[in-house]
Amino acid sequence: MASRKPFYLLVGLLIIAGVSLTLHRHYTYDIPWLPGETRQTWSIEAKVEFDATGEEILASLAIPNTQPGFTQLNQQTASPGYGLAFSERETGGDRAEWSVRNASGEQALYYKVDMLLDPYAAPPQTSKPPKLKVHIEKEPYATAANQLLDRAQERSSNPYTLARELIQEFNIQSQNAQLLAQLKPQLNWIVQLLHQAGVPAREVHALYLEDGRRRQELVNYIQVFDGEDYELFNPETGERGRPENLLLWEYHSGPVLEVVGGINSHVTFSMIEQEQPFSVALNQKFADNELLNFSLYTLPLEEQALFKGILLIPVGVLMVVLMRILVGLKTSGTFMPVLIALAFIQTSLITGLVGFLLIVGAGLVIRSYLSYLNLLLVARISAVIIMVIGIIAIFSIIAYKLGLTEGMKVTFFPMIILAWTIERMSILWEEEGPHQVVIQGGGSLLVAVLAYLAMNNELIRHLTFNFLGIQLILMALVLMAGNYTGYRLLELKRFKPMVEDK
Amino acid sequence: MSGPLINWLRDVKHRYVHPSRLASKGVLGMNRRNISYISRYNPRHLYPLVDDKLQTKQIALDHGVTAPDLIGVIREQHEVGDLSELIATYPGFCIKPAHGSGGKGILVITRNDENGYHKANGQTVSLSDLERHVSNILAGLFSLGGRADVAIIEALIEFDDCFTGFTYEGVPDTRVIVFKGFPVMAMMRLSTSDSNGKANLHQGAVGVGLNIGDGSALRAVQFDRRILLHPDTGTNLHSLKVPHWEQLLALAVSCYEMSGLGYLGTDIVLDRHKGPMLLELNARPGLSIQVANGEGLLPRLRQVEALGHKHKMTAQQRVDFAREHFSRKL
Repeated sequence: MASRKPFYLLVGLLIIAGVSLTLHRHYTYDIPWLPGETRQTWSIEAKVEFDATGEEILASLAIPNTQPGFTQLNQQTASPGYGLAFSERETGGDRAEWSVRNASGEQALYYKVDMLLDPYAAPPQTSKPPKLKVHIEKEPYATAANQLLDRAQERSSNPYTLARELIQEFNIQSQNAQLLAQLKPQLNWIVQLLHQAGVPAREVHALYLEDGRRRQELVNYIQVFDGEDYELFNPETGERGRPENLLLWEYHSGPVLEVVGGINSHVTFSMIEQEQPFSVALNQKFADNELLNFSLYTLPLEEQALFKGILLIPVGVLMVVLMRILVGLKTSGTFMPVLIALAFIQTSLITGLVGFLLIVGAGLVIRSYLSYLNLLLVARISAVIIMVIGIIAIFSIIAYKLGLTEGMKVTFFPMIILAWTIERMSILWEEEGPHQVVIQGGGSLLVAVLAYLAMNNELIRHLTFNFLGIQLILMALVLMAGNYTGYRLLELKRFKPMVEDK
Repeated sequence: MSGPLINWLRDVKHRYVHPSRLASKGVLGMNRRNISYISRYNPRHLYPLVDDKLQTKQIALDHGVTAPDLIGVIREQHEVGDLSELIATYPGFCIKPAHGSGGKGILVITRNDENGYHKANGQTVSLSDLERHVSNILAGLFSLGGRADVAIIEALIEFDDCFTGFTYEGVPDTRVIVFKGFPVMAMMRLSTSDSNGKANLHQGAVGVGLNIGDGSALRAVQFDRRILLHPDTGTNLHSLKVPHWEQLLALAVSCYEMSGLGYLGTDIVLDRHKGPMLLELNARPGLSIQVANGEGLLPRLRQVEALGHKHKMTAQQRVDFAREHFSRKL
């Protein structure tokens, strides 16, 4: 007898690999354990308005991309008569650009984007710090600014604390701040002074997301870099970090909106919050993101539906293995119950059971005549297949005439499998009598129903489709069942007489 | 309101036995039989030797194991016409499929006269009936999965009269489980009207557990329940004692050398003139023999396994070992 060590090693490896793959998918891709969970998405609409002056128009709007906290799902625009292009600036940052040969009067362009609230969002490119730029200011502004900066530098130790202290300094030294504000806004001063201190920083335009808000404006934040990392600061309070509902709209040192050939341009935002089933959200998230992501969500929808079925088969197979090895049920045809269960999924349980019993029953009656004809096996099975097709056709027509559209679903049964089932049952009837037919047929149906209940379970469907690691665990379970030497449940009943009398 | 449920649970509990009690009795279960005995001791390539009765017969002949004489084999449809020639000199004979299972397709002709061929149950059939039966065998009507088969015609076994009254129609045969050359357990299988003359326990035949020491009955069961009298003939089954017991065990044990299978079921019949004869071998013998004996196979199998590979016992010594250690009293 060969050592069982390699076997247990294999089973152990399968389980470890399966569990870690599953956990990985849960924690990296935020796929929930339970079905029916929803994900929050925000639909944000930007409305660009301006008065056209009757010339060529080029309107360019900064648009958000996937960023920490949010994954961009899809975007669309509405702008009748305008040509549209999405482009990327050299400095990074995507823009929507509308153009038209000539237009006059009030113009309105719409851009809509769906953002998925996603703690695991993976931005396509990291945010690059801007180049340091130092302005030489004239007096008295230079002195006032330097006073603010010196005080802040005294109390700080790194770029982030410097930014915080600088913002607070503007609030404390209100005289200096007011003086500086005469020349340019406070925000610009803060960024400029940070640059002066050797800290890359920029002004970014962000949007507070609140459900159902309309005509919202962008708010300004300061993005302060420390090497590759950055932090956001509220320029008024000095508060550090991104509020959860803050979406960065423009964060590449570019203008939010540029309009050539128009005046009085401005952009406003309206937004709604939506709860989407996570599968819809994931579908959109992974739709154009194929790299590194071994997920069925990257497949076209039709193939996804196919795989949903295929990945359930191991569950049905495991059910058969357990029923045969642990319980000891007899089935006619080892995996016939799985195929019947797959048909039940299509037809619904009751319709499927009734249809199955009708077809097999009618088949057995006709098959008994075939057995009287004494045919060769292949010809006999072929005859049974044709007969099954005939029965299915007749039942469908009868059901349709009677207005039972449910009855039409019998066509979902795999006909070859039905033919073999009828053949086996018929032979069983002749050889072992109707009693065995009831036992084995009932066993097969019981296993099929159990397999159906397992495969049709929402949770199991969800888990098998979203966590491919589950397949490895199923494999390990099947292997372990193949090594089970204990008693079957029905043997406990069968051998009972042996222990009760002396 | 939980009353019926509790009653039902109690009822279910009553019908099942705790696995530890079966284990303490040493009962061999199907899973353990398959993993620990059949797949461990029966090399797959030897299966055809026992699944094909013609090959079994061939190796029995080569090894001098007593088996019913082979009259002839019909392999192809066009040879069916030769049947009358083959059987011309034999008053009684038996036609069976080489790959039949569960006694299907076995036709026994006891004698023939001007009325035709007499079957064991008294019916007469004509030569063309026999030829059609052979055609059916060739077409695979009786073989597993309906594969094409060959028909074997062998000499009639003249059953020993000692079993009269113990069996209803059919052939009384003795099943001996031979493990690594040791006869570990034995039972007699007696057909009943429930089993339609067949000797399969799950079809309703009576199983009588036999004492390995001397071939006397230990207990009898039908449908896994203990009985005392044969349901059709009313004979006291406990009075059964198989004659030529030592010879029978020797025959069973020789099947181990002959087939090479470590875990083997041998079916043996007693001929009035020639004594014990090998009817067929089984590489996957059933577990009912334990019910018939009221004892589990595992302790005996383990006792044999404990001897290891190096015991170098002769066939006779193995029989003696088994008779010494596996003897039981009624």
